Amino acid sequence: MELFSLGIRSIFIDNMVFAYFLGMCSFLAVSKKVSTALGLGAAVIFVLTVTTPANWLLNEYVLKEGALSWAGDTFATIDLSFLRFIMFIAIIAAIVQLVEMVVEKFAPALYGALGIFLPLIAVNCAILGGSLFMAQRDYTLAEATVYGFGSGTGFFLAIVALAAIREKLKYSNVPNGLKGLGITMLLTGLMGIAFMSFMGIDL
Amino acid sequence: MSTETTISEIKKPAEALLSKRRKKLVTDPLIDSNPITIQVLGICSALAVTTQMQPTLIMAISVIFVIVLSNFVISLMRNTIPSRVRIIVQLAVVATLVTLVSELLKAFAYDMYKELSVFVGLIITNCIVMGRLEAFALGNKPYDSILDGFGSALGYSWIILAVAFFRELFGSGSVFGVPVFDTLAGFIGDDFSFATNGLMVTPVGAFIILGLIIWVQRTKTGYVEH
Repeated sequence: MELFSLGIRSIFIDNMVFAYFLGMCSFLAVSKKVSTALGLGAAVIFVLTVTTPANWLLNEYVLKEGALSWAGDTFATIDLSFLRFIMFIAIIAAIVQLVEMVVEKFAPALYGALGIFLPLIAVNCAILGGSLFMAQRDYTLAEATVYGFGSGTGFFLAIVALAAIREKLKYSNVPNGLKGLGITMLLTGLMGIAFMSFMGIDL
Repeated sequence: MSTETTISEIKKPAEALLSKRRKKLVTDPLIDSNPITIQVLGICSALAVTTQMQPTLIMAISVIFVIVLSNFVISLMRNTIPSRVRIIVQLAVVATLVTLVSELLKAFAYDMYKELSVFVGLIITNCIVMGRLEAFALGNKPYDSILDGFGSALGYSWIILAVAFFRELFGSGSVFGVPVFDTLAGFIGDDFSFATNGLMVTPVGAFIILGLIIWVQRTKTGYVEH
């Protein structure tokens, strides 16, 4: 039950885009068409669900203070948490590369759909942000997996909704200076107000 | 023999330390090709830290530090990096610099470190850093790369400081923690008061303020996106 409420919270209340501004670059750049937004959103869900638990294992058994105690008493006092950034980003880049190769080999159709988005994702702040929040909040392995999946889903919902609005927006007469990025920022703000209505809910 | 001497004679004199072209490298990203409002890069971290001026200033300084140094380092190594692994090399350089910034903040400004939390780490995935490395540092000399990085980082900094100024002024009624409206009330009289706008402190305020800044800036420069 606790896991379920964590999942709901990470999808709606702590939404990656509207509450923490993570993944804004791809959120703005790849939201012109619903079909591409669906592809990127699915890829983000997948990568977040895989990398967050992977980084949890790395953090728990290598990086955290005293995490190396399984290797013997001499290692028990070592604190490698300053290596967090570089290790997390390396793991993410490696997993993305691996996933890309596996998908290409075994599911060419899926590769065709996700292919071009996978390399983009290695430098998406939402992915690294998910891992950093996970480390900061001391989740368990199960919580980390649920959190990864939930925040990926939150990003998916946000980018697909924005893409749908932007497709319709093509037919409206926007002032020159506001065209493109400007009106998209205002739209995101309005969508954020809608998402704020979840904030009062205590799960 | 004689040809050699003529070649060395007509060799161009070294470019001035701040020639016109180099000045342009710094000034262009401020307005005309601003990384945030025109190129749409680095918005992730631009909005998260801008509820108050002080953390925003720290963030801006950190980003300037990381972009300038990573541009410099990558530019020094540009001829030795095989292009297949360049992304990993760039990420490693940037992550090292960001770790440095994070440890420095932890040591000398612990409150700020707590307040910025994960967003210092997220400088790694700030698209401006990677964008400048890819687009400029991989193909240009170190000194030019430093100037280019400095210009882009300044363009980023003034936008986030502007967003933070409006958010803090309207959201908390202060600038750099100084309660502006309360001080004004002291001069004018107690009847003068200012109701703070709670929306500005939430993420929504950041989106709307940035949208309006982009509108003003693009109307001024006449840039239209299609």
